[in-house]
Amino acid sequence: MEAKIRALLEELPGKEGALIPLLQGVQSTLGYISQDAVEAIGEVLGISESEVYGVATFYSEFRLFEPGEHQVKVCLGTSCYLKGGRELLERLSRSLGIPPGRTTPDGRFSLETVACLGCCSRSPVMAVDGVVYGNLTPLQAKAIIADLDE
Amino acid sequence: MKRASDSVDLEKIRREAKKAWDDLFSADTLVCTGMSTCGISALACQTQDAIKEELSGRDFPARFMKVGCLGLCYAEPLVYVKKIGMPMVCYGYVTPEVVPSLVDKAILGDDLWKERALGIVDLPDIKERSAQTDIPSIWDHPMLKPQIRIALRNCGIIDPESIDHYLARGGYSALAKALITKPEAIIEEVKRSGLRGRGGAGFPTGMKWEFCRKATAPEKYLICNADEGDPGAFMDRSVLEGDPHSVLEGMLIAAHAIGSTAGIIYCRAEYPLALQRLDIALRQARDYGLLGDDILGSGMDFDIIIKEGAGAFVCGEETALMASIEGHRGMPKTRPPFPANAGLWSKPTNINNVETFANLSAIINRGGDWYNSIGIGRSKGTKTLSLAGAVRRAGLIEVPMGITLREIIFDIGGGIPGDRACKGVLTGGPSGGCIPAAHLDTPVDYESLAKVGSIMGSGSMIIIDEGTCIVDLARFFLTFTQRESCGKCTPCRIGTRQMLGILEKITRGEADLSDLSKLERLANAVRNGSLCGLGSTAPNPVLTTLRFFKSEFEEHILRGNCPSLVCKDLTSFYIDPGSCRSCGICAESCPAEAITGQFKEAHVIDQDKCIRCGVCISVCPEKFSAITRKSGKKVVQCI
Repeated sequence: MEAKIRALLEELPGKEGALIPLLQGVQSTLGYISQDAVEAIGEVLGISESEVYGVATFYSEFRLFEPGEHQVKVCLGTSCYLKGGRELLERLSRSLGIPPGRTTPDGRFSLETVACLGCCSRSPVMAVDGVVYGNLTPLQAKAIIADLDE
Repeated sequence: MKRASDSVDLEKIRREAKKAWDDLFSADTLVCTGMSTCGISALACQTQDAIKEELSGRDFPARFMKVGCLGLCYAEPLVYVKKIGMPMVCYGYVTPEVVPSLVDKAILGDDLWKERALGIVDLPDIKERSAQTDIPSIWDHPMLKPQIRIALRNCGIIDPESIDHYLARGGYSALAKALITKPEAIIEEVKRSGLRGRGGAGFPTGMKWEFCRKATAPEKYLICNADEGDPGAFMDRSVLEGDPHSVLEGMLIAAHAIGSTAGIIYCRAEYPLALQRLDIALRQARDYGLLGDDILGSGMDFDIIIKEGAGAFVCGEETALMASIEGHRGMPKTRPPFPANAGLWSKPTNINNVETFANLSAIINRGGDWYNSIGIGRSKGTKTLSLAGAVRRAGLIEVPMGITLREIIFDIGGGIPGDRACKGVLTGGPSGGCIPAAHLDTPVDYESLAKVGSIMGSGSMIIIDEGTCIVDLARFFLTFTQRESCGKCTPCRIGTRQMLGILEKITRGEADLSDLSKLERLANAVRNGSLCGLGSTAPNPVLTTLRFFKSEFEEHILRGNCPSLVCKDLTSFYIDPGSCRSCGICAESCPAEAITGQFKEAHVIDQDKCIRCGVCISVCPEKFSAITRKSGKKVVQCI
């Protein structure tokens, strides 16, 4: 892991301000911030693990659990909340059998919420593997997930 | 490779770009698709593919182009078709299923498929105009007519990934002009324009620049705040996705004015398309010699890097944003020292918002007095607003300051769907407030919105109808600010949590009237005892709703009744046995398996199992409408 972090650091201009880009780099290759990664980043940057952990948990982008093959993000911005984002989340949470912030035991799906995807004019929206779907009903959302599961 | 070593070169490149731009509209059929994230979520990519597919077997020469968001998001996907010798027609709701008809009627056919046309995209560069047809100009569309588009001038018109398109429409001419103008004179021009920070606080831009200009240091930073964290706002996303070069040009002008050599765009990671288009724009600008060393032979060196924000609302606050760039938790600092003297890495730093930058080239080209002539009072120019919620025409608009909320909601937005009553409008997101329908004649400017207890904020406007519960809404905002509080100031960290606790109690029907005064006391403590904008504005949604909708709070407390039938603990769902046709759709959809019923037998909801998610109401066929909600005490349902 340390070697990986050092390789990521090489692409950055220097150690100054490198913590967040390193965490982003780890998350984009590994999918999440593992315990090893927290230790290795601390080691490489010469800062404590608690500082790395502090930053990783401060920002909502970083997840500390292993994501599923497909990542489902339900938007709970104001407009989505008012137009049924909560119901969308409820439906998906029930059909996947996991609360938001978890991955299904078979590792197929992870479910998360997001503060806003900026697609308020088409709310409620959700993003599956980065693709945004708008004007959804709970059943349509369930069908999109079911299609992926086939 | 085209590279402008001075402004004469730039003009040469522009002439070539303009010729190619004009040719776009005169040779072959041109098909443009609105491809911002909003369009893509409405299947714009599939639509474009389907059009290509339809045409592929027909030996019909056509060119395809992607454009940003025109703002008519409600009608997406939008497709414009420009046939040779005909004006360019904009069609709405062109989902992949509609494509065969579109190709048949609008592309291959002789007429313009008037029924589906939203309007003619009249541009100065297209000689065929709306006047030749009986289809009105798109600029006369009710949503676009009241607008003045300055920051959004190119959005939905050019390909955001083409610097040539930007140049063809006059792009970077303001930069060339600025580079031969003294920095002090530019600052004076911006001051004269009356432009104020569009990120929310509304600080005069020219004055901010002057502070940074006067700071003496060999290195100064210029930051573009693209961390649009307000849940419900998408102005910055639309500008970055639709016209990224306008932001770069604004940054270059600002860099020249304050004497900066290093620029940073801090953009949230939730906007992957904006990040991608910014990256393309930066590379193009470098290739063309508009970023880098000795820009246009002026001796100015300036380059821009992108920093991806990692998701924290507080990072919209400038000192928190800088802490985040430095790799720390995004926690605001006390001021002074102000960023203009000691900002990022303790160097003088100037931060402006995306929209502020997007306005600048127009101000330099047309003069501060021109910009100053638009607007009202101390709020000059235009403001982009994102319109969402209970409104017919949701989308992105740019209006002159001083337009009233009523004009925005009813003239531009087309009113409330289903002709329900407008309950109010939320401005400024979690830092703003809820303005009730009785105050819809309030003009949209910094001062008037503050007078009714709200703020302009970044420009999000969410319209609510009678189906929205005010208490639940206040609870929603507090859930957000409580979670996003960085934790530095005790009143904000603990106060927002306590306020949320009280609001939750009210939505459960467990509060008493003394909780309302507690809520108000806490709100004032949080407002006065917090360092940054997040804490000092977090109570706004609570204070405005208490001010304008107190009876709704009291109804929850005194009668255990949620009049809008939203608060789950106070609402129950029932199936009317007389209306139920036992189709079984609700039972199949219910996530809690709370609905039972046999064939030809009215269905029943088990109140103990029901989680009050409302899915059954949304799926019950409209012709039956058998499911109702009631608030107050539970009633036993008889079969």
